[in-house]
Amino acid sequence: MLDAAPAATDYALLGAGMTGGYGAADILHDCTIGTKPGEIAVIVGPNGAGKSTAMKAVFGMLPLRGGIVTLNGKDITALSPQARVAEGMAFVPQVNNVFRALSVEENLEMGAFLRRDDVRPTISQVYDLFPVLGDKRRQPAGELSGGQRQQVAVGRALMTQPSVLMLDEPTAGVSPIVMDELFDRIIEVARTGISVLMVEQNARQALEIADRGYVLVQGRNRHTDTGSALLADPDVRRSFLGG
Amino acid sequence: MEILNALVVTANFVIVPALAYGAQLALGALGVTLVFGILRFSNFAHGDTMAFGAMATILATWGLQTLGVSLGPVPTAILALPAGIAAAALLLLATDRGVYRFYRRKRVAPIVLVIVSMGVMFVLNGLVRLIIGVDDIRFDDGARFLIRARDFRDATGLDEGLAIRTAQVVTIVVAGIAVALLFWFLNRTRTGKSMRAYSDNEDLALLSGIDPERVVRITWLIVAALATVAGVLYGLDKSFKPFTYFQLLLPIFAAAIVGGLGNPLGAVVGGFVIAFSEVAITYPWKKVVNYLLPGEAEVSGLLQLLSTDYKFAVSFVILIVILLFRPTGLFKGQSS
Repeated sequence: MLDAAPAATDYALLGAGMTGGYGAADILHDCTIGTKPGEIAVIVGPNGAGKSTAMKAVFGMLPLRGGIVTLNGKDITALSPQARVAEGMAFVPQVNNVFRALSVEENLEMGAFLRRDDVRPTISQVYDLFPVLGDKRRQPAGELSGGQRQQVAVGRALMTQPSVLMLDEPTAGVSPIVMDELFDRIIEVARTGISVLMVEQNARQALEIADRGYVLVQGRNRHTDTGSALLADPDVRRSFLGG
Repeated sequence: MEILNALVVTANFVIVPALAYGAQLALGALGVTLVFGILRFSNFAHGDTMAFGAMATILATWGLQTLGVSLGPVPTAILALPAGIAAAALLLLATDRGVYRFYRRKRVAPIVLVIVSMGVMFVLNGLVRLIIGVDDIRFDDGARFLIRARDFRDATGLDEGLAIRTAQVVTIVVAGIAVALLFWFLNRTRTGKSMRAYSDNEDLALLSGIDPERVVRITWLIVAALATVAGVLYGLDKSFKPFTYFQLLLPIFAAAIVGGLGNPLGAVVGGFVIAFSEVAITYPWKKVVNYLLPGEAEVSGLLQLLSTDYKFAVSFVILIVILLFRPTGLFKGQSS
């Protein structure tokens, strides 16, 4: 087991004891998710478990009745999503996550809209990470394949030079080959010191690359452990990974 | 010789007038398409915004003429354009602050904003007539013709003359500059790109830290400039009469929709498509055909497909055809 009571100072990003929902009924119940510096943390669970909702709560897109969100030890519970971006968080939504009519390069420039310094070095870093984007820099993002579009989406998010990257189902709707490649890239991103927190539908593959895994059920933490420990846990295997 | 004469007649009565008219429609349609792309509603007050900008420019022109300022052969109104644009910009920003922002914050449906813009249209309509009156106003001083029909005949030895009015050339040159500036701004500057990003995906623009209120303000400023330039050029070419600007709404919207609402390039192409269709369908082709027919063969009918009284029907028909067969326009616009 990982540490039972997470200390905010250990985590790059931590949403602790989050309780809340859109209306009268709560979706999250004392839910805790987070990622330590340079780690990949993955949130898995059945449909309707509140995975995406938990991500939105951490990003400030869900009203919370209880709990606290910290970024590098600093309380950001009251900040708007835009303010959190300025503080070093980046979020890649599951759908509509690129500017379709803008070229690949313009997408990256818009990702860096808040920056006033020279963004060209960051753009070439993104092209190093995703070489295919460099080849298609003048093409409208809407004309790219699903996997390439996800790369644009991740690239756009990286342009703010965030300390934490949040991904909502980055491999939704892409082929298994593209999925493997995307996961490889995400590992590379984490190696540069950026902490990753992502929701994944492909639980088994995601847990294989995860330093930390959260299994959510009905808005509550069911299992929390390292990715490999969760993969080895017979209970998790039987209930969530199909044996 | 006959073919040349036919060409000159066509140029004189169809190509040159349609080019000027198309440039005016294109500028108008660009304003409509920008408001649609950024603020997401069809702005029915756009025709009267053009009238207001043209009115302010005319008042400034009269002021300059009283002071004895002139541009020689070029109409003084061109010098007065910045004053007209400034007045229209103040008006649009005040309207946004006082009217549209309220509804934007309430996140009303686009159709509500359309109705609101009709209210703004009626107020502007009255305001312009109150200030400058309802009469025809001609304000195209300077040289009236760049090329006179008789000079052209004398120079070429042809039977037919080609007349090019200063207002037509000014229209095409100014419209060309305005469109080039706009496309440079939208495609090359950080602010312009952020406007396109906001138009493309509002939520992601927010995530990227783009300030929507700033985008809206800049949009109104650009729309004020486009509307004023379009209104002044139309007034120079024809004449200024407040009511005609209201009627221009139909061909302008037709142009924007033909090109694809929200698509600036489409608005320009749409403007020329509408203008050339309107002029070509309402022009009596008898003379041209008679030049082209061999020997003594002649047609006696006018060969006019539609009387000019019905010219707005052309925009209507094109609009319906486009909406039936290609609702997003020739260039992909936003369909909703």
